Amino acid sequence: MEALHDVSLDIGAGDFVAILGPSGCGKSTLLRLIAGLDQPDSGLLAWDPGHAPKPGDIGFVFQDATLLPWASAADNVFLPLRLRRTPLKQAMPEVHTALHRVGLKGFEAARPRQLSGGMRMRVSIARALVTRPRLLLMDEPFAALDEFTRHKLQEDLLSLWQDLRCTVVFVTHSIYEAAFLARRIVLMTPRPGRIDHELASPLQPGPEARLTPAYAALVAQVTHDMQRSLAA
Amino acid sequence: MKYAPGLFGLLALLVWEAAVWISDVPSYLVPGPVAIVAAFLADPGGLLLSLASTLVVTFAALLLAAALGVLLAVGIASSRLLAAAIQPWAVVLQVTPIVAIAPLIIVWVGNPFASLVVCATIVAFFPVFANTAAGLVSAPAELADLFRLYGGGRIATLWLLRLPAALPFFLAGLRISGGLALVGAVVAEFVAGSGGFASGLAYRILEAGYRLQVPRMFAALVLLSLAGIVINFGLEAFARSVMRRRGEG
Repeated sequence: MEALHDVSLDIGAGDFVAILGPSGCGKSTLLRLIAGLDQPDSGLLAWDPGHAPKPGDIGFVFQDATLLPWASAADNVFLPLRLRRTPLKQAMPEVHTALHRVGLKGFEAARPRQLSGGMRMRVSIARALVTRPRLLLMDEPFAALDEFTRHKLQEDLLSLWQDLRCTVVFVTHSIYEAAFLARRIVLMTPRPGRIDHELASPLQPGPEARLTPAYAALVAQVTHDMQRSLAA
Repeated sequence: MKYAPGLFGLLALLVWEAAVWISDVPSYLVPGPVAIVAAFLADPGGLLLSLASTLVVTFAALLLAAALGVLLAVGIASSRLLAAAIQPWAVVLQVTPIVAIAPLIIVWVGNPFASLVVCATIVAFFPVFANTAAGLVSAPAELADLFRLYGGGRIATLWLLRLPAALPFFLAGLRISGGLALVGAVVAEFVAGSGGFASGLAYRILEAGYRLQVPRMFAALVLLSLAGIVINFGLEAFARSVMRRRGEG
């Protein structure tokens, strides 16, 4: 079965790209290809010369927090560094910084089951940030959270992106989420998955954006485009 | 509620003793609880020594089964070829009645203690092996992907992901294997006992049976049941404390 067809996408350093589309349009596959978790049957994935990613250059956040249930929050965040054989002493400041960044200072020793869904996702994001990745790939990370938690995490992610200046590719099936977060919204349609077209966001990124007419207009625009693409 | 099992047991013992008294059955047919306790008190040293002998075989077999089970489970989890080669034979081991092959094992192994341990190990092996094998592949695929993304090799993935994920499965298997190791030890002793060398509880049961010392036979049987119960609850408590130590209790 062909999951993706004729997909061409150019992602610049510092971009925040949302890949938007219904279930089964291949957006997760696209993300896994970028991460190198799957290999394309044909086609090419190219990096800027001299910038081919090494382990740790790419952070990945899944829909579930996918934490080690037996390890504390700090140990979970330590994992990527541990796999790169970073000594514990050297890694601990990085681990604390990452946990601090996602607002989990003081929860270092907590086990995943002691944390709420939103906090588990924060640990997962800290784990992705701990290697200081240049590219952050996120696969519907907030889809399982309640709306209030989701809004808060979206706002925090946006300010993290502004602080860290890393590139984010964010897969979602929520038009509101894509409109609020992304600088570029890539619309995908299913069977086979392909890119229909792309929209640039005119929004000033920030928590207030959600209340602006520009945001409402963008949501309406994306909704309209999506309906038209899916009907075609 | 808490005392229900104890009270029920006591009541059953009272009814049993009363029934034996009223019907006046001879104790070589059905001994009452009092006669059984008396038979135990007549030779506590001999019976407890036999119990110790059976327990040594049981625990040696359980340790061996756990070590072999984990080793083979890791083997089939890391190599598809090994999995294809081993798995059918592990099932053969599970379905072969130990009574049928125990005489052969006793002849082949020679050393009585070792042959008892081998028999009990065969009986105890499968649950801990099958559970551990299932546990090793129980971690979500996304976590395995994550290890791959960060360049975690097979050893790191095994050590930091697969083995820890398998721990609760292993402990559940160990609990089943504990009871089976005791059963295996007793069955092997029965077979070996007829060959005339072991001194385990099963041998005492046979011996008492030949001499029509039925109360003593029951006393040995009760000791066996108690040992089984203690092993079961002991392993359960062990599993709980391990999981609690990991913060998952």
